[in-house]
Amino acid sequence: MQKKWHFRMTPVRAVLLCLSLLAVVLAVYRLVFGLGSATNLNDRWPWGLWIGFDVLTGVALAGGGYSTCLLVHVLRINKFKPIVRSAMLTSLIGYLLVMGGLFLDIGRWFNFWAPFVSWGYHSVLFEVFWCVSIYTLIQTLEFGEIATEKVGRSWHGFFKKIMPVLFIVGIVLPTLHQSSLGSLYVIEVGKLYPLWWSMLLPLFFLMSSFFVGPAMVVVETTLAGKAHGHQVETSVLQSLVKVSGSVMLVYLILKIADLFYRHKAGLVLAGNFEGYMFLLEMLAGIIIPLIICFTPGLRSTKGGLLAFSLLVVAGVIINRMNVVFTGMSRYMGGSYFPSFIEWAVSIGLISAGVLAYLFIVENFNILSEEPRVKEIAH
Amino acid sequence: MAKSVLVDITKCVGCGSCAVACKLWNSLKWDQSKPVNGEKAETSAENWTVVRLHQVPKEREKVWRFTKQQCLHCEEPACASACFARAIVKTEQGPVIYRASLCVGCRYCMLACPFEIPKYEWDKVFPQVHKCQMCPERIENGESPACVAACPTGALKYGERSLLLQEARRCLSSNSNYIKHIYGEKEAGGTSWLYISDTDFAALGFRTGVTSRPLPDYTYSILKLTPAVALGWGAVLTGLYAYNRRRKEIAGETKEKKREKR
Repeated sequence: MQKKWHFRMTPVRAVLLCLSLLAVVLAVYRLVFGLGSATNLNDRWPWGLWIGFDVLTGVALAGGGYSTCLLVHVLRINKFKPIVRSAMLTSLIGYLLVMGGLFLDIGRWFNFWAPFVSWGYHSVLFEVFWCVSIYTLIQTLEFGEIATEKVGRSWHGFFKKIMPVLFIVGIVLPTLHQSSLGSLYVIEVGKLYPLWWSMLLPLFFLMSSFFVGPAMVVVETTLAGKAHGHQVETSVLQSLVKVSGSVMLVYLILKIADLFYRHKAGLVLAGNFEGYMFLLEMLAGIIIPLIICFTPGLRSTKGGLLAFSLLVVAGVIINRMNVVFTGMSRYMGGSYFPSFIEWAVSIGLISAGVLAYLFIVENFNILSEEPRVKEIAH
Repeated sequence: MAKSVLVDITKCVGCGSCAVACKLWNSLKWDQSKPVNGEKAETSAENWTVVRLHQVPKEREKVWRFTKQQCLHCEEPACASACFARAIVKTEQGPVIYRASLCVGCRYCMLACPFEIPKYEWDKVFPQVHKCQMCPERIENGESPACVAACPTGALKYGERSLLLQEARRCLSSNSNYIKHIYGEKEAGGTSWLYISDTDFAALGFRTGVTSRPLPDYTYSILKLTPAVALGWGAVLTGLYAYNRRRKEIAGETKEKKREKR
């Protein structure tokens, strides 16, 4: 039985480890001394970097798990199999980080369990909270199938049996809460700038979390290719990107139709900060990637695929930041810029995620679909 | 029945008695740097109500007007609908109250409120959300809120919402001095606090153009789809899963048969 754990230390990993440890120390400081002393949040800006980036953006970027799960396990498109484990692992780690970020952001953390017993079911946040909690649990169980290949092997059969149920519940839940994250801002009617406020916000959040999934997979695969020599055929990634592009095209059409329907299209060219940010989001994050996606000569190259993916990821980050900050600032007034602690904790969380990913990839069978009988000698 | 307060801005002299009464009744801290009346008065975690001085134009001259600010206690409060732990609820008698024992501290109520009312104790380790509670214990005992009881000029009137609305309408129609608008009648679906004024509400710092549709309606119209989406999408996925598995099995069988034939 192979039970040896190994973790190769490199200079980059040492830096990541330091950043993670710093974040742990600062997180403890925040829990002991309160939100006010650790962050720059204030009455005008009650939500800042931790909610905007760690939670709203984090959940979207971690969406690669459910989209790939849908393609591989439900639709059974076999050519996507080589990436499914890696995509779902990244998603799991992403959600654990989101839970961590969320826990740090709540002011009365000793009460975190309250919504489990005191049901504010009319709140969008209630749905988000329940779905994200259960989905993280589901993803942990899904990982059980991989984990039991190495530890607790007697449980492997059990996990194999329950996988179909987990897959389906594990697609329904993200569908609900990815859209609910958009619904959170529906109540900002008259406050969120009209370029972003729409009754379709939940649909826009859902669709963007779906099409950013493949982009994240391409980014991860490129990095994994460098770090672990795991190569995925370009043709596989190309097909994946095409799936992403089709959803993006529908998203773009809906977005334009929605602006005209609400008579707000003129605001795009209003020449103000909001207008420019909206243009940046749409041009860099949607239109240029679409051109790459539907031009075979660009899509078929590694560079083209990577450019597409980086732009789409950046586009979704810009979109979430626009909803949380750009679109709200005119109404909210005042000022907010994340404190050193807020930055350091966010960066530290990501570093910890990368380290966890590397550790699991090197100790479990993630990158190749067939179970590895013999460990590669290191 | 739902209790309300009608504020007649023309009668307020800005004495600040209401704000003092609020501090005393609710044992709120005094902070010299955060005045409860005057030009710089702002609601905060310790200032549940303030009287703000405005210099506004009226018939070619500038006049002083005082606006008492506090939670408006919406008929259908966005903050309560946003709270996922039911830490904020509206009582039958009208007040929208906060229960710290259930509060997680997510601050979504602060974002949801259309009037920027809930404030946070940023300097505390375990901060609470603070805002006017409309003195629910006093109302239960048949008394008016502390601020109303302290008002020396009759600018604040306490009573049934429907009766106060009638009275407000009577004022507006009998006295041409008033602006023809009762602030709070329709804003955010209606609020328990109602205002009448002889000068423009926007100039007095009121948020105008607030939707008259209750805010919880917006999210609820989406949220109510959840069970249908969950069940429908779950059924579709289950169907697709079964179909595709069967298809793969059949594909496997035919391959085997072909091999056997050879």
